[in-house]
Amino acid sequence: MTVHLEAHLRAQRATGRKLLVPYVTGGLGKDWIDVVRACAANGADAVEIGIPFSDPMMDGKTIQEASQRALDLGATPESVISQAADIDVGIPLAVMTYYNLVYRMGHDRFAASLEASGISGCILPDLPLDELQRGGFDTAAAEHNVECVLLASPTTTDARLLDICRSARGFVYGVSLMGITGERTSLAGSAKIMGERMKAVTDRPALLGVGISTPEQAHEAAQYADGVIVGSALVRRLLQSGGPDEAGAFVAELRAALDA
Amino acid sequence: MNAPSRGTAVELDPPGPEPTTDGRFGDFGGRYVPESIIPALEELESAFRTSWHDDEFRLQYATLLSEYAGRPTPVTECHRLSDRLGVRVLLKREDLTHTGSHKINNVLGQALLTRRMGKQRVIAETGAGQHGVATATAAALFGLDCTVYMGAVDVERQALNVWRMKLLGAEVVPVTSGSATLKDAVNDAMREWVASVETTHYCLGSVMGPHPFPWLVREFQRVVGDEARKQCRAILNGKDPQYVVACIGGGSNAMGTFAGFVTQCPDSVLIGVEAGGLGLESGHHGAAVNRGVPGIVHGMRSLFLQDEHGQVVEATSISAGLDYPGIGPEHAHLAELGMARYEYATDDEAVAGFQLLAETEGIVPALEPAHAIGWLAREAGRSIPSGSTVLLTLSGRGDKDAAQLMDRLGEL
Ligand SMILES: Cc1ncc(COP(=O)(O)O)c(C=O)c1O
Repeated sequence: MTVHLEAHLRAQRATGRKLLVPYVTGGLGKDWIDVVRACAANGADAVEIGIPFSDPMMDGKTIQEASQRALDLGATPESVISQAADIDVGIPLAVMTYYNLVYRMGHDRFAASLEASGISGCILPDLPLDELQRGGFDTAAAEHNVECVLLASPTTTDARLLDICRSARGFVYGVSLMGITGERTSLAGSAKIMGERMKAVTDRPALLGVGISTPEQAHEAAQYADGVIVGSALVRRLLQSGGPDEAGAFVAELRAALDA
Repeated sequence: MNAPSRGTAVELDPPGPEPTTDGRFGDFGGRYVPESIIPALEELESAFRTSWHDDEFRLQYATLLSEYAGRPTPVTECHRLSDRLGVRVLLKREDLTHTGSHKINNVLGQALLTRRMGKQRVIAETGAGQHGVATATAAALFGLDCTVYMGAVDVERQALNVWRMKLLGAEVVPVTSGSATLKDAVNDAMREWVASVETTHYCLGSVMGPHPFPWLVREFQRVVGDEARKQCRAILNGKDPQYVVACIGGGSNAMGTFAGFVTQCPDSVLIGVEAGGLGLESGHHGAAVNRGVPGIVHGMRSLFLQDEHGQVVEATSISAGLDYPGIGPEHAHLAELGMARYEYATDDEAVAGFQLLAETEGIVPALEPAHAIGWLAREAGRSIPSGSTVLLTLSGRGDKDAAQLMDRLGEL
């Protein structure tokens, strides 16, 4: 059963809870579906599923390596999306990938395949607002009830941030620092400013992501926004031969830190 | 009017046509990048547009081109090669510029822009190392910090240029991800730019990437074509060459050359020569127009070698500078309109071209333009009728390739 991304996140937020969205590379190992399920069972409010791409421009070493490994294991956009149909865990799923894969499959086919698999969100870090609207993927997605998340960055101007928050669906993805995905030893100072800037202009769920690596950092970031996205720190555990149990345990730690 | 010749000042032609406001050439181009660098691209676009129409900037740029880079470069008529091939060959001699390739034209312009924007650091990707060397050179000249990203495979096959970059004070970062060649160097340079964009300019080396780079780099390279057009007319009694030929990696020496002819010489046939690698049928090549399909990679909509799912396929070429699975968007547009032709030369043909030019003219070309020579050697008397006049851009000199070819050719 499809769970709508924004509606669900708004409802969860309304209970006073901070939102947790882990990222899992699709096709990374046979049990990746169970990894997603473990995230859901341990307190995730939505899960991002990475569709591996050969040239992930916004990703650091960890997700690059995970993507390459998944590709070597034969993952394709079709295989990841169709396998995701079995997840069915009562929280919304969103894919995160790069625009070329969407373009190659075709806007309508891609959006339709997400819908058919019960995936309600789509995040494309190399498709900024202008190109999203110009190319019309926003329309194709909407026709298939897919919500297009947009990213905002510390360098985004105030006027543009407002446009992004208005046009985004699902949630607004605030990039917590200037840089690509990957673990950091501490939360960037820009996270606070980014979170507060989003919260000042939008009622849409506003999450911080990129670089948030530990339960402590997640707790701190959540003071400035509605919640957090955690990618590389989880994916590293999977690369180090962790499976659903390790993923579930880490997500539970993150959940506890957010609830504290 | 006198044709440009060595020792005379560079006179720039007026700015050429701009892409559409959303950065397109027809349906190609655009700005498909992470949100973090959108403001920097907007800043760069506006800084370039203002500067490019500013007399003071143009004078600074033209002065650097003549007094530092050694422009204008000559056009050399190749008598012995012409006799051998049965077509009249004129070479535009970018190999004679400071640092030994056309890449210097672009980086001097971008270094001036960097200073105008108040940035203190440049980063660059490089394949053959020529763009890296040119960027490191301009950084030394302007007192900028410089980091160059280079595929680990290319670090290996272009060791001389790695050493030159370090000598010039640049940091060289070997890139090991993906195919460890130019495509991956672009990825890592972009990733670094996302992190450092507020203080750093990305000095992109070809007519590719997100808007405004394809336009800006073409404009900084059009001096090649503008000079060549006038020089050809002086040599050919007012006529234009029937064929204008250049090799294609990302496409900057070709686009700079074509820009001088495309509207002003409607009778000249424009031909870009892609890397044929082990042959187009082998699947191992870098022929993005001949074998690519539309896609979105490195910030632009253009033609790319990719599989049926949209994963980018690694290119193959003997030449590090042509080892790239895409092509600049303006070339994709010219190809779609049939305004330029895109051909290829294989590794073997390029090596034959390399030797042919050395033996007949005493000029050792870089492996990249050796593809154009090799293609011409194959097609002269066939698709290029005997007696035709051909302008060919010799985009760089071959010193950097000597070690690699010594291995391949052995005792001569
Ligand atoms: C001498 C030379 N020619 C050509 C190229 C290919 O680049 P472009 O197609 O941008 O001219 C290179 C790139 O490294 C080069 O060094």
